[in-house]
Amino acid sequence: MNNRRWNWPLWTGFALSLIAFFSYFAFFARLEITRDIPWASVLLFLLAMALLVAGFRRAQRKILPGIVAGLGAAVFVVFGIAISVGSKVPASPNAPKVGQKAPEFTLLDAQRRPVALSGLLASAPRGVVLVFYRGHW
Amino acid sequence: MRPVAISVDSPEESATLMRKAGYTYAFLSDPNADTVRRYGVLHKGAGMQGRDIARPAEFLIDRSGTVRWVNLTEDLRVRARPKQILDAARALP
Repeated sequence: MNNRRWNWPLWTGFALSLIAFFSYFAFFARLEITRDIPWASVLLFLLAMALLVAGFRRAQRKILPGIVAGLGAAVFVVFGIAISVGSKVPASPNAPKVGQKAPEFTLLDAQRRPVALSGLLASAPRGVVLVFYRGHW
Repeated sequence: MRPVAISVDSPEESATLMRKAGYTYAFLSDPNADTVRRYGVLHKGAGMQGRDIARPAEFLIDRSGTVRWVNLTEDLRVRARPKQILDAARALP
């Protein structure tokens, strides 16, 4: 086999593995349809794995291709861990339940004005929806 | 029915978020996570630099201050859809 022929499946597979990883967080995670079940990212990863396997088989010397393929697979594993374990939230057994009184609070709004729950309810005949969120990253 | 967003972000951080995303409803700041704790939705150490933050949660509270609907997602990536909240509100007498 010609030593100078470039093992394109191997390197394309590795690059695609990285692309699959970063594109999830940069793009696919923003769309519900590809975030909740990350099928688009998994498809990209499976394609990357197929290319890595093909690239490994094609190589004469196996050490470097083995390392590259292993790293590409590791990216897939890290992705799997990040979106499963990393998405877990703690149980919240002490959260108020339906029928209980909502705890009162007074917090500053974006203009640093104090806002009390009682004040919000007084001006909202249909009630309020409190949306707790993680905050910016 | 008024949406009110609460997080540990500072008022200035919320103002930036509101401006960028075009939100017009109230964003409240709970920097020490006191209200977050009182509502039982603390996610200890999960924020930047190990900061205590809120886990995602929604509570529908009626005019009398009674909780009528609670959504505690088990997966960070899956959020309440607007339709879920509207359906819950419509189901109230």
